[in-house]
Amino acid sequence: MTCSDFLKELTDYLDDSMDAQTRAELEDHLQWCHNCYVVCNTTKMTIEIYRDSHLYELPDDLRTRLRSAIVSKCECHKKQVSDPLGQSDSPTAK
Amino acid sequence: MGTIQPKVEAAGDELTLVHAAKAGDIGAFEELVKRYDRNVFRIAQHITQNREDAEDVVQDAFLKAYQNLANFQEQSKFYTWLVRIAVNEALMRLRRRRPERMVSLDEDIKTEEDSMPREVADWSPNPEQLYNQGELKEILGKTIQGLPPSFRTVFVLRDVEGLSTEETADALDLSIPAVKSRLLRARLQLRERLNKYFKNRTGGDGKP
Repeated sequence: MTCSDFLKELTDYLDDSMDAQTRAELEDHLQWCHNCYVVCNTTKMTIEIYRDSHLYELPDDLRTRLRSAIVSKCECHKKQVSDPLGQSDSPTAK
Repeated sequence: MGTIQPKVEAAGDELTLVHAAKAGDIGAFEELVKRYDRNVFRIAQHITQNREDAEDVVQDAFLKAYQNLANFQEQSKFYTWLVRIAVNEALMRLRRRRPERMVSLDEDIKTEEDSMPREVADWSPNPEQLYNQGELKEILGKTIQGLPPSFRTVFVLRDVEGLSTEETADALDLSIPAVKSRLLRARLQLRERLNKYFKNRTGGDGKP
């Protein structure tokens, strides 16, 4: 197995979605190829760091404001749909 | 070396809520909003890279979901269906903001920094020890912003939100090989770009 072969399988390896034989071949490659070991390890860290970063968390006050706006728009839509006279003005999805 | 396991949201009584919402119970729909608003906001902000757009996407995606609940056939999870709507809304906003650049999930971009790692260095000490949380968030935000939208969308769905490859393919209307190919390149490009912040400064550089 070459380093290039290893890289092609890296995503399936990290996601643990491969057969036992391919996995064993990749792990054998990792035993002796330091560079692939480092790439594999730092790619795994990349995924973990993004997953655990709490990047773009929704603040509580904004969350409350957005939810109340959504509910009020849904209520408005429901009223328009249930009122046959208003049906022609019923908003379509944006 | 250990593998990465996606986080899985409990399905719980989701279908009951969906059925109640379909029957017109807005309270039930609000429960679904509470369950997924954080996820939709995160996905929207990752794709649009703009706070105001992300706020609009959250509102528009949930409203659109509510308006089209009758069309939800329940063949996939409600969340996957919602993500599909949210991604489309987010891409639409991105296209509006950057009309000069083509924004599509179909493009299979080849970039100069594609697959082969150019710099190999271990990250030690851990990035969390090198930077405080604010600095780390800034680095991560700046780094992912540089990826093509089609790559960062696949990355955020698979690796941040924990959707399976199949669910990601379903939500983005892509084939499974296309999801895998974009995910590999997104992961490798992020790794390469983060290297300049996190690499071990005491040595160990080399090329595969």
